Amino acid sequence: MIKAILIFNNHGKPRLIRFYQYFAEDMQQQIIRETFHLVSKRDDNVCNFLEGGSLIGGSDYKLIYRHYATLYFVFCVDSSESELGILDLIQVFVETLDKCFENVCELDLIFHMDKVHYILQEVVMGGMVLETNMNEITTQVDVQNRMEKSEGGLSAAPARAVSAVKNMNLPEIPRNINIGDINIKVPSLSPF
Amino acid sequence: MPAPIRLRELIRTIRTARTQAEEREMIQKECAAIRSSFREEDNTYRCRNVAKLLYMHMLGYPAHFGQLECLKLIASQKFTDKRIGYLGAMLLLDERQDVHLLMTNCIKNDLNHSTQYVQGLALCTLGCMGSSEMCRDLAGEVEKLLKTSNSYLRKKAALCAVHVIRKVPELMEMFLPATKNLLSEKNHGVLHTSVVLLTEMCERSPDMLAHFRKLVPQLVRILKNLIMSGYSPEHDVSGISDPFLQVRILRLLRILGRSDDDSSEAMNDILAQVATNTETSKNVGNAILYETVLTIMDIKSESGLRVLAINILGRFLLNNDKNIRYVALTSLLKTVQTDHNAVQRHRSTIVDCLKDLDVSIKRRAMELSFALVNGNNIRGMMKELLYFLDSCDPEFKADCASGVFLAAEKYAPSKRWHIDTIMRVLTTAGSYVRDDSVPNLIQLITNSVEMHAYTVQRLYKALLDDISQQPLVQVASWCIGEYGDLLVSGQCEEEEPIQDEVLDVLEGLLVSNLSTPVTRGYSLTAIMKLSTRFTSVNRIKKVVSIYGSTSLILYCCNDPISSWISFNFHLTECPLSVCQTFQLQLLSPSSNVVPALNQGTVTQVIRVLNPQKQQLRMRIKLTYTLKGSPVQDLAEVNNFPPQSWQ
Repeated sequence: MIKAILIFNNHGKPRLIRFYQYFAEDMQQQIIRETFHLVSKRDDNVCNFLEGGSLIGGSDYKLIYRHYATLYFVFCVDSSESELGILDLIQVFVETLDKCFENVCELDLIFHMDKVHYILQEVVMGGMVLETNMNEITTQVDVQNRMEKSEGGLSAAPARAVSAVKNMNLPEIPRNINIGDINIKVPSLSPF
Repeated sequence: MPAPIRLRELIRTIRTARTQAEEREMIQKECAAIRSSFREEDNTYRCRNVAKLLYMHMLGYPAHFGQLECLKLIASQKFTDKRIGYLGAMLLLDERQDVHLLMTNCIKNDLNHSTQYVQGLALCTLGCMGSSEMCRDLAGEVEKLLKTSNSYLRKKAALCAVHVIRKVPELMEMFLPATKNLLSEKNHGVLHTSVVLLTEMCERSPDMLAHFRKLVPQLVRILKNLIMSGYSPEHDVSGISDPFLQVRILRLLRILGRSDDDSSEAMNDILAQVATNTETSKNVGNAILYETVLTIMDIKSESGLRVLAINILGRFLLNNDKNIRYVALTSLLKTVQTDHNAVQRHRSTIVDCLKDLDVSIKRRAMELSFALVNGNNIRGMMKELLYFLDSCDPEFKADCASGVFLAAEKYAPSKRWHIDTIMRVLTTAGSYVRDDSVPNLIQLITNSVEMHAYTVQRLYKALLDDISQQPLVQVASWCIGEYGDLLVSGQCEEEEPIQDEVLDVLEGLLVSNLSTPVTRGYSLTAIMKLSTRFTSVNRIKKVVSIYGSTSLILYCCNDPISSWISFNFHLTECPLSVCQTFQLQLLSPSSNVVPALNQGTVTQVIRVLNPQKQQLRMRIKLTYTLKGSPVQDLAEVNNFPPQSWQ
């Protein structure tokens, strides 16, 4: 089982945090700090598996990580997961992100935290691997994103201008707007 | 009230903060705005606010006041609301809070929603954080979805079912019918999660395990198709067809084949095929190979297959990729007990891994090396291990030293080699040697009668170089006290020191800041013992009078070969009692041999100068070997006649 998935940058700033086992909030932050501490002092030419880190799950607990440019992708797993398999999974996840964001970089993760969560949700569910086919994942994510977009997206409201117009009580606008010398006749518009 | 700011605006603002305090201020301000927005029950902007809350939560700020809002979002009709609402529920809520139960009805409705993506969200949430009550309530819905033909939903239902079973094991039975044709699926996502579900059921229940054994042929067929099918672009990862599914199936086969001969036999061929045909130039191939090896080792496979597996591990050890080396060493460590000979063949590669830069790899190589030491390879292996001990990090030294002592004790080809090895450990890693090694080493040296002169000479020379490593100093002091006569008498091969030089060294230990109280005890004892062996008795008396203390322990050593007993006095300091000034003079014992069968006695006179008229007590400790087993006896003499000390 995957107990947690953590993405943070070279300075330890979290970019995505997902726990599949319950931890109190301060515990979560402690785990993030400890994991960063352990992973950041690793040389680049050592293996990608780390034991130790005493906070999650005691002894049956391993950190499997990959370092891409400015980001660490860390999967905290127990012994039921194949270490080499998880390394491959991290690669699949990153390549999927790359496909969804088109040459993904740290900024994409910063400004689209929710989207990254949604992508991850199609790969890992309840701490278990759900889907590893990149095309499948990106297709499903695309459809859902389009559904969101058709509703106006997270911004919820359509552009300000449109909502402003919708809220206007048009019959109350004077027919004659006096702008200095110009006299404009406002046509009568039916209310929306 | 102006519209709440967008998520990206908040992120942009927070990124401009130059200090933690500034960031906290911005967050607090925004939280206040969000709170009032929640109070206004604004449906339009709720999703935006919750998104911001989740962002702040990730940075470590409290977000619990958004929990109920997530529930409201889940109940909304809009997909956007549900999406962020369910995410918020998974991140902010858990079964410890009663409020999560309010979700049950929503999830139930959404599991039957007309849009598959809404159903998917519900399955995901239930499968991540569903409590036992929720699982009980909704298991029926999950079971229904497990039978649907919609592969998107079916794969999620399978993993949701795993979660339900984990929470409420009694419900496992109800999913049994739905598993009937899971493996006939074409969709790999469904196949994958189905295998996970079957694995979970087999691991939890022996009955299920027996029931699912009949699936072995089908699993073997699926695996075969994957490796033989040739290029299939949807599932291809670096030229291998769905490696994740292959690994999953291999794992299930492992569980089904364990302790079952028929199943194991049915999978023998496919395992051999995967083991020989898998392309290993990329990590994905190695993941499959690794899983195959683990399966071969765990089931009842024939010996040829096992040797093949271990050879694969041996090849892994030569791989440039350190991850591969790491998993190979881990696996070899697990199999070295059961397949010792096969692992022996890779000994030299394993020993090479001792020189690896990676700490995890070094540790495993060390453990494995010790497991492989035997009578035939002891000389060569010990060379490598001693070299490792010299150069390794301090965190390894204690374990390595203990390992060397154990191996030397079991397989030493000669006594001289044994002593040399011990010397090497004491001089290179002397401060890391465990406390119990000292008496064990003393015992060992005592038993090697013909080596006494050689040993004491080498230890004396070591002391001249370095007195900082306490175990070395303690053993050396003991030896000098015991065999000091051999040291100065010219029995050694090299130039012998004179008595005063030896006493200089021992006295130096007494006064040195580097010596611990235990070490001082050893060196004082040694000096005392030398009073029977050296002629500079006055000097010895002086030293003892300055440093001596009240309690006396007699050590007796019995060498089974020549059957003589020598009395050795060992003074220990008693830090809690006040040090008294005693002067002791030990005269030579009447004989060096206690006759057997009560045919005689040995007498030794101890003259005690006791100016403070303290009560005399004597503690006697006897250690000897009887029929090869060590025996220890303690006795105290408290009934010295008062006239002797009053």
